[in-house]
Amino acid sequence: MSLKELSDDDLWLQMQDDLYDGQKDEVVEETKEALARGHTPQQVLSEGLVAGMDIVGADFRDGILFVPEVLMSANAMKAGMEILRPLLVETGAPRIGKMVIGTVKGDIHDIGKNLVAMMMEGAGFEVINLGVNNDAQKFIDAIREHQPEIIGMSALLTTTMPYMKVVIQALKDEGLRDDVYVMVGGAPVTESFGQAVGADAYARDAAVAVEMAKAYMARRRGEGVAA
Amino acid sequence: MSVAFVLCGALAREVIAITRRHGWVVDLYGVAAKEHLRPQRIAPAVEARLQELIPRYERVVVIYGDCGTSGQLDAVLERYNVPRIAGPHCYEMYAGPRFDALMEEQPGSFFLTDFLVRCFEGTIVKGLGLDRFPELRPLYFANYTRVVYLVQEEQPELLARAEQIAASLGLPLELHTSGYGLLEVRLLNLMASLHEERYAPRASTENQEEHRQETAVLTHAGPLQAAQIKPGLKRVQAGVGEGA
Repeated sequence: MSLKELSDDDLWLQMQDDLYDGQKDEVVEETKEALARGHTPQQVLSEGLVAGMDIVGADFRDGILFVPEVLMSANAMKAGMEILRPLLVETGAPRIGKMVIGTVKGDIHDIGKNLVAMMMEGAGFEVINLGVNNDAQKFIDAIREHQPEIIGMSALLTTTMPYMKVVIQALKDEGLRDDVYVMVGGAPVTESFGQAVGADAYARDAAVAVEMAKAYMARRRGEGVAA
Repeated sequence: MSVAFVLCGALAREVIAITRRHGWVVDLYGVAAKEHLRPQRIAPAVEARLQELIPRYERVVVIYGDCGTSGQLDAVLERYNVPRIAGPHCYEMYAGPRFDALMEEQPGSFFLTDFLVRCFEGTIVKGLGLDRFPELRPLYFANYTRVVYLVQEEQPELLARAEQIAASLGLPLELHTSGYGLLEVRLLNLMASLHEERYAPRASTENQEEHRQETAVLTHAGPLQAAQIKPGLKRVQAGVGEGA
């Protein structure tokens, strides 16, 4: 059966399946097909890509999928996002918030951070990705330039994660700390470490990060949603 | 005094060599090096070893770094009053203060040890899924700028293999002869004071009943004979060689 013969519901399911299996080329074709049917970029994103990554995230947490499989899925989502991103901008899809994200000074490990950035983008956040090895000044400059509600810091190494505290202290020194919700994450980072360095939230994975960020934005808007 | 080492599989050869060199009579128990790929498994794996060994040995020493357990390993060891040699991971143990300098110089340093050179296919290629998904290679390695090989024992075949690995990653190779570095120094210091009462292990209070039962069984069964030693145990005696 060709893609064109699938019902809309089956197309979403096929897209989710192919994303789950890391089939990048298929996801690209299905994204194009969904757009050709007149679905909005926002709808294609949420019904196909994000819904697929939600299943991937759940199976990763349950130990069914492992890092390589998740990365293949993420690559497939990325390919779909590349088609949707300009259309989302063009159609003025609503943004629910803005995030600046980067790995901290001395740390070049960006796989998890990029996954969070992509999932946040998929959830409707504008994401300014600073890349790797960012000192405190880069975070401060980005906050001043982009005025995000949230900043995310990531580290993979036990030797680099203490730098998160340096960044948070710098935010205090610059009078910016109260303007942003600080989220931290990365393999060696824990809830208690996050509290110790003065972060607002620790997210153990990308899906949790998205839920926390959405809950924070709802609270900030006065919607009273619990974290 | 009966002593057991619980050690990371990635340090096994080196610890055996150090043990022989200093003539220690200890039993070695390994924990699979592949647990590093999911560090949350390390502390439970080590704890399982401790529960098995504490009733049978007067001292147990853990030869591991924190290795990304975020303090979980040390929290377990504190409950059992079991010492661990200091250090965050084996790169720091081998390179010592040079590790920080190397990372400061180039954060994108990918480290190899003799173990990793020998087991690169199993631990890195298969462990990261690159055998199934070679297209992930740039995702994993794009930000690295060099391979730093901390050499424990210079062997031409390992050097050649390290060169192949670096070439396959498209990165320059730097050799730093570290020997056993601080791994040996720290282990020596610990062994020198291991007789002190403060190093006597205790059964975790959370598992006291379980330990009582296990100890009773072992007492009844009597000491283990060489033929009964479980797979995975290497008995090392200096000048005598490895047992079962």
